[in-house]
Amino acid sequence: MAERYKLTQDALSALFEALAKDGRRILAPTDADGRTELNAVTSPDQVSKQYLQTILSAKETVFPKVERLLSYTTEGGKVDLKDAQPHALPTVLFGVRPCEAGAFKALDAVFNWDSRDKFFNARLEKLAIIGVSCTSADEACFCTSAGGGPGDTQGSDILLTPVQGGYLAEILTPRGEAIQALAPQFFQAGATEDKEAVLAKVEKAFDREALTAKLPGMFENPVWKQQSLRCIGCGACAFVCPTCVCFDIQEEADPKKGERLRLWDSCGFSLFTLHASGHNPREVQSARWRQRIYHKFAYYPERYQQYGCVGCGKCTRACPADMNLKEHLVEAAQAQ
Amino acid sequence: MESLKQKAKELLEAGEIKAVLGYARGTSDTRRPHVAMSALEVDKLVADQACTTNLANLLMKHEIKHLGKLAVVASRPSTLRSLLQLTAEHQVADGAILALVPAEGGVKQLGTAQAFEEHLALVPQKKTEKDQALLDRLKAMPRAERFAFWQKEFSRCMKCYACRNSCPMCYCERCTMDCNRPQWVPVPSHAVGNQEYHLVRAMHLAGRCVECGECGRACPVGIPVHLLTFFAEDSVRAQFGQGGGASATIDNALSTFRPDDKETFIR
Amino acid sequence: MSEQFEPKITAFVCNWCTYAGADLTGTSRIKYQPNVRVLRVPCTGRIDFMLIMKAFERGADGVMISGCHPNDCHYTSGNYHARRRWMVFRDLMDFMGIDTERVTFSWVSAAEGAKWGALVNEVTDKIRALGPNTEQKQLVGLGVE
Repeated sequence: MAERYKLTQDALSALFEALAKDGRRILAPTDADGRTELNAVTSPDQVSKQYLQTILSAKETVFPKVERLLSYTTEGGKVDLKDAQPHALPTVLFGVRPCEAGAFKALDAVFNWDSRDKFFNARLEKLAIIGVSCTSADEACFCTSAGGGPGDTQGSDILLTPVQGGYLAEILTPRGEAIQALAPQFFQAGATEDKEAVLAKVEKAFDREALTAKLPGMFENPVWKQQSLRCIGCGACAFVCPTCVCFDIQEEADPKKGERLRLWDSCGFSLFTLHASGHNPREVQSARWRQRIYHKFAYYPERYQQYGCVGCGKCTRACPADMNLKEHLVEAAQAQ
Repeated sequence: MESLKQKAKELLEAGEIKAVLGYARGTSDTRRPHVAMSALEVDKLVADQACTTNLANLLMKHEIKHLGKLAVVASRPSTLRSLLQLTAEHQVADGAILALVPAEGGVKQLGTAQAFEEHLALVPQKKTEKDQALLDRLKAMPRAERFAFWQKEFSRCMKCYACRNSCPMCYCERCTMDCNRPQWVPVPSHAVGNQEYHLVRAMHLAGRCVECGECGRACPVGIPVHLLTFFAEDSVRAQFGQGGGASATIDNALSTFRPDDKETFIR
Repeated sequence: MSEQFEPKITAFVCNWCTYAGADLTGTSRIKYQPNVRVLRVPCTGRIDFMLIMKAFERGADGVMISGCHPNDCHYTSGNYHARRRWMVFRDLMDFMGIDTERVTFSWVSAAEGAKWGALVNEVTDKIRALGPNTEQKQLVGLGVE
């Protein structure tokens, strides 16, 4: 177990200043017209006081919704091709929840699977995560069923847990140590506060390993169709998801110049699997909904030996049709 | 609520309908769309003030259409307006869908476009105060400020298409957004792509929008996209004297014309 | 001192009236400013409102849309349909804060060569005075990491 320190609220302000002095931008949950958004901040005062989670996930910091991969100009039959340089700023993600901090591993599994994605890695290399444990949860949360927990340390470089008078700080990685080294005087060693006591209670709802074992046998189960009858086929779930990694490539060009862009895509869209022939292997929404579940709970474990869902519940909160992922996974786990 | 369940069971048992599209309890005490095909599923139906989704959207979905004859719970007048507009656009045959309207001390069963129109005459259509206030504020802004307002809002757009997919009038098998040979509207959710998308969406709904506000409610990042279609609808109503969802027989304002249409800007 | 700004103006004109009218401007040897690029389409009814946005996206400072006078449409009613769309689209553009001053709609018949020449001059002067369409130009590339 990492040594625990105490970080007071004042010390946190000083730490933010030290981070800024070190040339890092700090992204944190902020309040914006009733929404919680990830925005650049300079002081802990700007961080949302009462938030469960941001609407969008923090994946945008390593996998932006639209990014340039290359660009070119043509003149007199000559093509001048330019590789895009990833716009990677030294960044500290402050206040993301343990579930989301753990999600970067799932992104990494895909972006560094066979070839190493230079854009993703350039950003990830400059990212440090100061997670904050959850002291409350809602009906959409199911981290404990997804291998995590409200105080889980996986993925964070430093994990803070709110306690009386400040935070309990766990320094977990060399990146965390580097942050601590910026202002070691603010981290008081020998903290004795009880971390577990303040954490949110998130009941385990299903056994994911059992579900994974069961999924291959229930591809044709009517449960997928029943659940997805109300699904409207938008991409809200995938776009707010911290682990959804699917992207589209678009070429935007005119006769003189062009660029290749990478952007978020979603398996919920009917166009996602549409072939040029007109054939669509996932013709109906139930097949797309099933794909979403299978990708996260069957294909991910099979291919990457880890899961593609961290149980953050963002999809459930964002869904216009209230497709509650936790509830539907429980149903699947119980289905005959 | 009990009379709604009673009615739904009667209709299902009598074989008059195959399914009821209504509301059930959802996450954190919200209401969600619910398809009931059996007595057991009917018991989950809920009818109260929290039922805000316009269910007409789901009536256009393949899987729901193929269930057979449907009854839809029309807690909101906009569901009936959607049915009228869909009938006018030949997407729903007059009489094909039963509407169950929860009312004081019972449930009203409406079966025809004429019945929908008569019922709607009793419930005047009105924008919420919040929407009207924001519309008025926007209209009063200097143009450049309005441009900045929308650009700021659109900068959050990620083109998840929740607004499009939650709209009962966006039933096209292939949306113009998805037409990519050649690509007409840019796919990426960058500034140009977002501005064009929202302009196209509003324009394609002008004269057809039933003002249910579902698009705005669906937006996960809180862009008031419904004000765009509300505004277009106001413009159509002011200039051509007709709007979406009022009748099952009137042609869409923008599919027709009058030789004496009056404008002030053509040179 | 930099050179005087010369606007780029895109004109979408119908084949049967305004295009012939613009031809007449030329054959009548009426001089007018060279800032307009004319694009011929079959009918104003064909002018998808998105063409206006595409012109802006590709760097136009102003757009002109012109076709047959009401009751003169080669296809009977294309311009009537177009007129309704313009009436709503113009409102909507304005509501989204897009400058409608930069879009000029007109009816120019095949006999109105002089009107076309005068209109182009007027629009060119107006757009020149408004300056480059920076609002729309700045959007290009914005939102791409």
